[in-house]
Amino acid sequence: MVEPYLRQSPLDHLSLDARAVGDPGGAGVVAGERRFIAKVSLRGDPADPAFAAGAKTALGFAPPVAPNTVDGKRDRYALWLGPDEWLVVGAPDTQDKTVAALRAALAGCHAAVTDVSEGRTIIRLTGAHARDVIAKGCPIDLHPRAFGPGRCAQSRYARALVILHQLDEAPTFDLHVDRSFADYLWRVIEDASLEYGFAVVAEPVMAALKRRRTPQGQD
Amino acid sequence: MHLIACPWCGPRDEVEYAYGGEGHIARPARPEALSDGAYADYLFMRRNPKGVHAERWVHAAGCRRWFNVLRDTVSHRILAVYKMGEPRPEAGP
Ligand SMILES: [Zn+2]
Repeated sequence: MVEPYLRQSPLDHLSLDARAVGDPGGAGVVAGERRFIAKVSLRGDPADPAFAAGAKTALGFAPPVAPNTVDGKRDRYALWLGPDEWLVVGAPDTQDKTVAALRAALAGCHAAVTDVSEGRTIIRLTGAHARDVIAKGCPIDLHPRAFGPGRCAQSRYARALVILHQLDEAPTFDLHVDRSFADYLWRVIEDASLEYGFAVVAEPVMAALKRRRTPQGQD
Repeated sequence: MHLIACPWCGPRDEVEYAYGGEGHIARPARPEALSDGAYADYLFMRRNPKGVHAERWVHAAGCRRWFNVLRDTVSHRILAVYKMGEPRPEAGP
């Protein structure tokens, strides 16, 4: 990891904080970047009792085995990415702790634990038209009967590879995107949002909006 | 445009997938024992049926898993989807 005072998130050059509003008012789409979120790739066989027990000990919850679901706690949770693969997402700068805990608990198992925090960033979208904006560029069926809070999916948005995670009914979505595609994806989403009204919010406002609506569940 | 049912993720748009050629081609246990002709057959020769074809696809933009598809090359209809290692099912309707 680079020195914290030197690092730049993939969207820093857009100076989003300078455009951020305290109250998004009537904007149909409210967006912001979640910077420096901890992301750890976990691979292993959930049918192996030693792996399952070790992962649960290290994380405090069992990684979900149902495809395209998310499980965990408010400040650390795991996205199902494959039958033997998860993305453990946590508060900024907790990746070293998570990696160390998983490696210690999985010593001797056929497993892999890799810090991938800097590979992608997260664009959070919320608001009455967040679902419409995602549907414009992504083939996933986002109808509430097919997709909802606690669901995730890997797909494409305007051809860029993304991981989509719905957090609540508002709806609030996190879009994980490769850092080299972040600028492109942000600009596409902002353009797609114009007809609904678009507002940028800083992370504390984003978190406050989320907590006001859903005191439970993941941040 | 196809809607292909990944064995793990369920129905997803074709843009998430990549095609991987004919399925059920086993690598010879002892390739060094084969004649050049037999090895070339294994490496290059593929069926090109008009009708039902067993083939491999990968959920490239999704869970990135390989699986098998039974597809009718005439109607483009997908008849079955099944995991790697599973036997080829009877051709559907
Ligand atoms: Zn899949």
